[in-house]
Amino acid sequence: MNGGPVARLDNMTEKKGAAGPQGNKRGENLVVPGDDLGDSEGFEAGHGVLVMSGRLKALKQGKLREKGKSISIEPIHTRYIPRPGDLVIGFIEGCTNNLWFIELGAPFNAILPMSLGPGKVDFGGTRSVMDIGDAVLCRVQEVEETHSSVVTMKGMGLRKIRSGVVEEIDPHLLGRIIGKGGETLRRMKAETQCRIVVADNGRMWIDGELDGILDVRNRLSAISRDSRGGRN
Amino acid sequence: MGGYGDVQMIDENGVRADGRGPGDIRPITIETGVVPVADGSCRMTWGTNEAIVAVYGPMEAHPRKIQRQDRAVLDVAYNMAPFSTTDRMRPGFNRRSREVSKVTQDALESVVLLELYPRSKIRVSIEIVSAEAGTRCVGLTAASVALADAGIPMTDLVVSVASGKINDVVVCDLNKEEDNYGEADLPMGIMPNSGELVFLQMDGDLSQDEFKQAWKYNMDAAQEIHKLMVEALNGGDSQ
Repeated sequence: MNGGPVARLDNMTEKKGAAGPQGNKRGENLVVPGDDLGDSEGFEAGHGVLVMSGRLKALKQGKLREKGKSISIEPIHTRYIPRPGDLVIGFIEGCTNNLWFIELGAPFNAILPMSLGPGKVDFGGTRSVMDIGDAVLCRVQEVEETHSSVVTMKGMGLRKIRSGVVEEIDPHLLGRIIGKGGETLRRMKAETQCRIVVADNGRMWIDGELDGILDVRNRLSAISRDSRGGRN
Repeated sequence: MGGYGDVQMIDENGVRADGRGPGDIRPITIETGVVPVADGSCRMTWGTNEAIVAVYGPMEAHPRKIQRQDRAVLDVAYNMAPFSTTDRMRPGFNRRSREVSKVTQDALESVVLLELYPRSKIRVSIEIVSAEAGTRCVGLTAASVALADAGIPMTDLVVSVASGKINDVVVCDLNKEEDNYGEADLPMGIMPNSGELVFLQMDGDLSQDEFKQAWKYNMDAAQEIHKLMVEALNGGDSQ
């Protein structure tokens, strides 16, 4: 009720031809599912776009992106879906003798096999290395068709998180936190004297002095409040 | 011949009791992002109807036996709040709410690309806060907006509208009196870009010509409502 996006039909006949993206205009505009994006001839359907009887059709609500011949939609609001190579922060939700189950905020938990875990782990000793509830910085190794994914901790900087805090933010706001060429993030790091790792699943690891961490938190909540048009 | 009693609801000039013409719909507002914890949400008011829809998911389907290996399952729950009508609704589901949940689910299953999320579940909760007439239409329309707000891939939005017959005249978007004392009601779920149907029900009798007229009213109203849905989705929340 207070300042949210509202579309209104006031007296039944007003607003003929109200706003909304024109089907054939390609550029930085917003589309909704079902929108016609023009002839598919000479174009490739990317993420969120489908070819139906020779026409390109939007499947998601979001921003239209055109890169060379490929047309795709970058959703504004969406669940995190893992993609190979993503840097992610997960929480350990379970373990067996030889693997951990990692919660990434995605529809399904990822698997971290012992062989891809941190250093040498004995069979049956998974829990003594990383226990349920621990946060880990890891990378998505592969994603199967059924959306179950494997993560790895072999790689530069991938580790169990032992200090600092993990903050969660909507994945679609990451661009705003990082800024053009990482500028906003760099400034935030310098001004708050904190180490900040932004993961692709919308989680951030913030490490530093307590004052700095609180400062970063305030800035993050300001950004997310801002994105909702000042609500909440 | 009046249907139920002889209530006069439309005069000889085609003006209805609430001042609308035969093809006019009640005022509508649509708003997205009203439930901050949900992945997608929508509040829609339509006359004195009001529905709030929240969408969660895709997420892992539990219990395991409801999982489908080749597609996601939609879990649609339509519910009327106890305070939504003048005589208190008994809380919890009943025969009517199960039926509406079922038809809404079937309608949404034909637009959502479920095969992209095998083994998952998408939960759609429709809560009717204030009910007048045509709550299934409000629920279905708002659910499609909420699904789009949640970034779930769909081939089209769904607009649902009803037309009916009162005092032998076909009119669009019945209000409470017209629904109670009218002769027929024809709710439709329409994919506005292609004009295809995903949902069709009929209460009472309509002749072929009357059916065609009701169909036309619904199709025209769907285009009008679709514009508002697009505006609600693209208007706010963007970066």
